[in-house]
Amino acid sequence: MSDYSIKKLFWKRFKRNKLAIAGGVVVLALFFIAAVAPFISPLNPNDIDRRHILEPPGAGHLLGTDDLGRDVLSRMIYGSRISLSVGFVAVGIATLIGMLVGAISGYYAGWLDRIIMRFIDIMLSIPTFFLILAVIAFIGPSIWNIMIVIGLTSWMGVARLVRAEFLSLKEREFVLAAKALGAGDMRIIFGHIMVNSLSPVFVSAVLGVAGAILVESALSFLGIGIQPPIPSWGNILTLGKDNLEIAWWLSVFPGLAILITVLSYNLVGEGLRDALDPRLWGSGE
Amino acid sequence: MITYLFKRLLEMVPTLIGITLISFFIIHLAPGKPTDVLAELNPKITPEAREKLEKYYGLDKPIMVQYGMWLKRVVKFDFGESFSTDRRPVMEKIWDTKQPLLERRLFITFMLNLLSLFIILIIAMPIGIASATHQYSLYDKITTVFVFIGFAMPSFWLALLLMMYFGIHHNWLPISGLKSMNYESLPLLEQIWDRGRHLILPIFVSAFTGLAADSRFMRSSMLEVIRQDYITTARAKGLPERTVIYKHALKNALLPIITLMGLSVPGLIGGSVIFENIFGIPGMGQLFYASVMTRDYPLVMGILTVGAILTLLGNLLADLGYMIADPRIRAK
Repeated sequence: MSDYSIKKLFWKRFKRNKLAIAGGVVVLALFFIAAVAPFISPLNPNDIDRRHILEPPGAGHLLGTDDLGRDVLSRMIYGSRISLSVGFVAVGIATLIGMLVGAISGYYAGWLDRIIMRFIDIMLSIPTFFLILAVIAFIGPSIWNIMIVIGLTSWMGVARLVRAEFLSLKEREFVLAAKALGAGDMRIIFGHIMVNSLSPVFVSAVLGVAGAILVESALSFLGIGIQPPIPSWGNILTLGKDNLEIAWWLSVFPGLAILITVLSYNLVGEGLRDALDPRLWGSGE
Repeated sequence: MITYLFKRLLEMVPTLIGITLISFFIIHLAPGKPTDVLAELNPKITPEAREKLEKYYGLDKPIMVQYGMWLKRVVKFDFGESFSTDRRPVMEKIWDTKQPLLERRLFITFMLNLLSLFIILIIAMPIGIASATHQYSLYDKITTVFVFIGFAMPSFWLALLLMMYFGIHHNWLPISGLKSMNYESLPLLEQIWDRGRHLILPIFVSAFTGLAADSRFMRSSMLEVIRQDYITTARAKGLPERTVIYKHALKNALLPIITLMGLSVPGLIGGSVIFENIFGIPGMGQLFYASVMTRDYPLVMGILTVGAILTLLGNLLADLGYMIADPRIRAK
């Protein structure tokens, strides 16, 4: 029987998806780069060298230098820390809020559910990027503010997902059995229903990291995100825009890094979705 | 139909009030005051002068009172005066009736978004259909790669790359603004050509992400439909494949796309901040960026409200489109 355990089945399906594996490798590599940034970056990312400003990629600086003579490769290596941490913390906040709101809405139903769903509809009708931009501009663009604001404005999808799971699971036999045995609401919500609705939440969280990274880089690009001298891929791109006619490397490399990172998270997320969906199991085995 | 439309329009009112209430609270409760910006520009400003100014703007009142005052004016389409030094009414900044239509900010942003929605639709549909009817072919695989890249592409990066290639390297297309410096001196036909050239890059960029999403959606929607029994029936009675796909299948496959188009409106409006900033387009997004940088509350609220109205209208149009396309819903 052990050959058919859920974990093995999952892994067997996930493994077959070569693109998802490639995405996973890239994501792990990025984590590694972010973790060992001080040891692998060729130069200090904040070292200003006025004699070598806007130098094209070459032997001394593999990816060139920026308008203050700082090494672009080193700044990009440190920038990976920003992208990864913003992605994870923002999605962590969004997922927690979404799970809680969705669970309450789906489990208790009734008027509370109607109010919450209405609130979600309202939140989804606000052009969120406008709101994020305004709030960050007002409260100041620190990395924590960015994480929190992105998190607070992107929980609605998860909430809807969890609510739907709760609506379909709460009348199932295992829940009714737990109720008959005298389990309290909290225990049923978290111990019985939530654990059974985690896989779609997990998939949406992985895809959410990709979205959060895109939003952060857009904010930084507009000058409202991570502020120099702290390097982020988005704010290197701002320099790329300012020096578009003379320094192509300032635009090409950080953008490519964002593209590859977001693409990898999306591939992993899609792979997880296919591998976790029991309806697809057994097909083609 | 008319009753339905009326009911839907009425339903929009509480939603709109909810949106403005939430936005108003978030914006006004954020730490700091608009007068901070003034103090930054003019460090000599006395605390008394600041207080006087805050009183003038009504910022000293409780937030619910401020919201009530704001709402009372908005009902009359008056978003108040901008906090900036020109003190112009917000409405005039967004929709300047003294300017020709083509120069009004709201019109510019609206037209750009409408054009890119149109481009998305006419390009994504055939791509998605061909992908579905040739599932697992080389063409399908290539478009799948394109779709994944499209999803992950930071639009501002795409903009920079295109500007570099078409604008700077080859000098084929203009990369900034909506018209050339010598626009006024051109004959009419060349004026149209000039405007069109300026629109190519911004519209391509703003349509790109949507293009990927919609073609993918079209593909899966089409795949689902062509497995239905009535499609088999249509084929069995000897209809040519073209008729089966474009007449029988397409109608049903389009239904979810209509909803998706409606849902993509807030994303498009939000994205306009980014590409109007990059391409130097004098639209609502550019104005919004300027307004948040100076903490111009009335202007920020005005643009957020207009954006929300556009979003709600987009959803309404999508629902109406759905009704027209699906007789089952019309009957209800």
